[in-house]
Amino acid sequence: MFKRKINNARRNPFAAILVIAAGLLVAGGGYAGATAAVSHSTSGAYTADQVTEGSKLFLTNCASCHGKHAEGTNYGPSLIGVGAAAVDFQVGTGRMPGQASGPQLMKKPVQFTTEQTAALAAYVSSLAPGPSVPDERWTSTSGNTTRGGELFRINCAMCHNAVGAGGALTEGKFAPVLKGVEAKHIYEAMVTGPQNMPVFNDANLTPQDKNDIISYLKYMEANPSAGGEELGSLGPVAEGLFLWLFVLGGIVAITIWLGAKSN
Amino acid sequence: MSTATATKKKGGFLAGTANYLDERVGVAGILKEFGRKVFPDHWSFMLGEVALYSFLVLLLSGTFLTFWFQPSMVPVIYDGVYGPLKGADMSVAYSSTLDISFEVRGGLLMRQVHHWSALLFVAASGLHMLRIFFTGAFRKPREINWVVGFVLFVLGMAGGFTGYSLPDDLLSGNGLRIIDGMIKGIPFIGAYTSSLLFGGEFPGEAIVGRLYSLHIMLIPALILVFVAVHLFMVVIHKHTHYSGPGRRDDNVVGYPLMPVYVAKAGGFFFIVFGVIMLVAATFTINPVWSYGGYDPSPVSAGTQPDWYIGWLDGALRLAPTHLEFMVGNNTLSMNILLPMVVGIAFLVVVALYPFIEAWVTGDKREHHVLDRPRNAPTRTAIGAAGVTFYAVLWAGASTDLIATQFKMSLNHVLTTIQILLIVGPILAYIITKRTCLSLQRKDREIVLHGRESGRIIRMPHGEYIEVHEPLDEYEMYKLVDFKAYQPMLARPNDKGVITLRSRIRAKLSGFFFEERVEPVTATELEAAHDHKEIH
Amino acid sequence: MSSKGKDLVTGHDAEHEYEAGLAVVAPDAIKDPGLEPHRVRMTDKSEKHAKNAERQVTAMFLASIVGSAFALWAYFAFPLSPTDLGTVRSNTLFLGLGITLGLFGIGVGAVHWAKTLMPDAEVSEARHQTRGSEETRARAIEIIDLANQESGFSRRKLIRRTLYGALAFFPLPGIIIFGDLGPNPADSLKHTMWRKGTRLTRDPYGTPIKATDVTLGSVFHVIPEGLNESDHKLEEKAKAAVLLVRVEPEILKESDERKGWSYDGIVAYSKICTHVGCPVALYEQHTHHLLCPCHQSTFDLTNACAVVFGPASRPLPQLPITVDAEGYLVAQSDFTEPVGPSFWER
Repeated sequence: MFKRKINNARRNPFAAILVIAAGLLVAGGGYAGATAAVSHSTSGAYTADQVTEGSKLFLTNCASCHGKHAEGTNYGPSLIGVGAAAVDFQVGTGRMPGQASGPQLMKKPVQFTTEQTAALAAYVSSLAPGPSVPDERWTSTSGNTTRGGELFRINCAMCHNAVGAGGALTEGKFAPVLKGVEAKHIYEAMVTGPQNMPVFNDANLTPQDKNDIISYLKYMEANPSAGGEELGSLGPVAEGLFLWLFVLGGIVAITIWLGAKSN
Repeated sequence: MSTATATKKKGGFLAGTANYLDERVGVAGILKEFGRKVFPDHWSFMLGEVALYSFLVLLLSGTFLTFWFQPSMVPVIYDGVYGPLKGADMSVAYSSTLDISFEVRGGLLMRQVHHWSALLFVAASGLHMLRIFFTGAFRKPREINWVVGFVLFVLGMAGGFTGYSLPDDLLSGNGLRIIDGMIKGIPFIGAYTSSLLFGGEFPGEAIVGRLYSLHIMLIPALILVFVAVHLFMVVIHKHTHYSGPGRRDDNVVGYPLMPVYVAKAGGFFFIVFGVIMLVAATFTINPVWSYGGYDPSPVSAGTQPDWYIGWLDGALRLAPTHLEFMVGNNTLSMNILLPMVVGIAFLVVVALYPFIEAWVTGDKREHHVLDRPRNAPTRTAIGAAGVTFYAVLWAGASTDLIATQFKMSLNHVLTTIQILLIVGPILAYIITKRTCLSLQRKDREIVLHGRESGRIIRMPHGEYIEVHEPLDEYEMYKLVDFKAYQPMLARPNDKGVITLRSRIRAKLSGFFFEERVEPVTATELEAAHDHKEIH
Repeated sequence: MSSKGKDLVTGHDAEHEYEAGLAVVAPDAIKDPGLEPHRVRMTDKSEKHAKNAERQVTAMFLASIVGSAFALWAYFAFPLSPTDLGTVRSNTLFLGLGITLGLFGIGVGAVHWAKTLMPDAEVSEARHQTRGSEETRARAIEIIDLANQESGFSRRKLIRRTLYGALAFFPLPGIIIFGDLGPNPADSLKHTMWRKGTRLTRDPYGTPIKATDVTLGSVFHVIPEGLNESDHKLEEKAKAAVLLVRVEPEILKESDERKGWSYDGIVAYSKICTHVGCPVALYEQHTHHLLCPCHQSTFDLTNACAVVFGPASRPLPQLPITVDAEGYLVAQSDFTEPVGPSFWER
């Protein structure tokens, strides 16, 4: 393989110790996190009370579109088999209950409390098996960011942009911005494929793959660009617009000062 | 200036140096010839300088980058400091770009300086061209210099594109992919040309190295040569000046080169450099690390070229569906050829415009006094139509971002822009021409009757009038110092035949000058004053 | 407007008459009053203002020194740490700001100096015709004639013509030596790595895919098995990348000849746009449309990937697939037409 020689500083022994120490810390932390997550796992474990409570909420809030038994109507799809993950995503991000028809459902202020959302998820998951709310270990940020980046670019970037700044789809639909989206919602979106987003089931992207992607996104979110302000991470169009309006605009203002006679 | 020349008596270090230089390179003669040359001063005359200075910044920052950048597409596994790419497959070019960004102090700063100044170079060149166009500075004797400037603009785009492609990241790789697709679409030679360019199949391992040669050697050398020719011609012609009292075709009014112009222009270099540095220190440009290395399978939403290639990318997007035809067993990709032809035709018209206008007007005099844009309504309207055409193509390259940012349908945006490409320039032409003519009429009013003062007075016989304040002679001259042109009739030649050529020319001159507003003459002015006194 | 039918006249220049063409040179144009009188600045009138301006310019130059010194300090004060990329940001920012001040100080100072303290009366300089005087031109023509006579350029036709010929031919070798820039593409553009029985594997890690893995609504980004071990990985990938989708079998509109190309609603299409070659990777689960993010060509997956919008013309080529004995998806053959952007001989 090609050997790179750029910076010898990284090869000095002190640096090595630092790196190992940092590695140990991260690995140890990750391990601790993972074990903690397993013991607090909530997936698939809903109580009968939650299901009853959820069924009530469903009848009053959702049945008009999705049908009394979630079998689906002309106004909304069947929810049998969509799983708790779909409910947690749609209700938890405020997309459901839906509002006014448009090209796609928009993110809105969340209408239900965490408990109510869980109850709805409990009811829907009781109808038929489906993807559950992800285990906390899959929503941690300790995954492999390099793998996550690779998988993100291949599976997600064409719609959501290389850093998750969002992008356009056909006929007014769009892939939303991923910055600031909760890790579990990203996971649920992948596993359920809301609206026109395709499904990325566990055979396609394993839970570990999904966690790597989440870790990558969260890394990008936590580490602002080393170059300074990002102009929305929209790429060359934003850069060009900024240049014309502000850089060249500013320079033209300076030329006017230069050409003006002094008092 | 107290700069000593060889004839001056000895005294001091400066005088000694001057004497030394003069006796070896004749510096006194050069200073005598150029030291007090007069340069007109106007903000719009600085735009070309902005381009020149950003080119100097490009040379400085680019040289810095070459000390670390490795133009090789040999695959490596990244082991630098950037976490989310550690262990990833990439090319040496991309890996060394990351190293410049993250492991060289000031490296990222210089990368950003280089990229921002590249964008600025082309933008300032474009704005400078617009100034030249709208003030008629391309007229005799400057037609050739217009073409030289045009070549510089095109070289700027070429320099920019070859540089954009060097880091071998996902964004630039997809840009090259598009170039490859366009080249393949050329009939007969497409596939061969692509193979020659990429050294075989796309992407190959040759293209970055080849573009690097062009980017750091051939293109900058050509730009330097053309800049030298450009400036040499400015010296020969002397700078134009705006119309106004005392400004004529046989003089040049402004400040002497030394010291005023040297101080202003020299200071301006530092200011332009400073602005670029400030932006580079505070705003990210082309964060290659977030795109990943090039791989033909992934792509990012919002894959666009840098702004100056945008109009060509827009042209590609705007081509209607199903423009590909079979010619026998061969494929004719009009969906690629049409945008290319439109783009090239646009450039050719831009390059040849001075000659077209000169032919239409038949005006063979030298012009050193600039037109105010309103006093050449048809030219200004043609310019506005051209700018609109370019701008619509440019907007066409960001249909997806327009759709997401303004919450519209991508498909509607694209269709609207297709329509605008035809309708926009026509509307721009009509509106601009009308506006220019109105402004000219208003100028006539002001010259004949003075400026409205807003003061209403009551005349002794009860009539109310607004007082118009007359202009002083200097202000007035600014408004009347232009020539009107009359359209030509198609006349038979010596053989009594009206040739097609003369018909076309008559049509064009009618198109240019049928509607016009002529400057106020002394006779008209006198008549207006007499009229007032009778009142 | 007020065209009074004046005749087209000729402009008079110092030495020569040039045609003014269609320009109307009005005989009674308003006279040029000459340069405006010079307006005196405060710094010219008052010593105090001049002193003040001098101090301001000095302050600018001093600020520049401070800026450059700050940049020098920042270079060392903000080193890059391999574990903290935030250090790159502060290095870039502070180094850049220091240099900015260093540059602005000089620039603004010099301009302020010129504007306030150097003379600001505009002066006029004569400008001469670009063309040489009659005398100069006559001499130039004389020189050319002389050169022609002495060399016999016009007279010796054979020499002249063979020289033209030689000059026309000599650049040709200079063009042909670029012939080895790349090979003749021959048929390479018409074939990809896909063969009968090649397994469809996940991009980028190359793990095989079972038909049962591909659930309704999911999309797999696919490369041929063995691609990662190929000598020309990127070149092969640029042709062989495939998108794999499962839809309800009944909504697929399949022509008779392509009846057997899908497997239980699973279809595989080339991911390389037939327009200019970007990866067409945006799959909309409900509309079954594929959208190219570069130029917005849209393809209908259920209708053999025909173009429904955008500049592309040809449908995306379909990869015929089936399953092998172990249930893994495999190709039935290579693509039956060239993938990617159109070219003349395809």
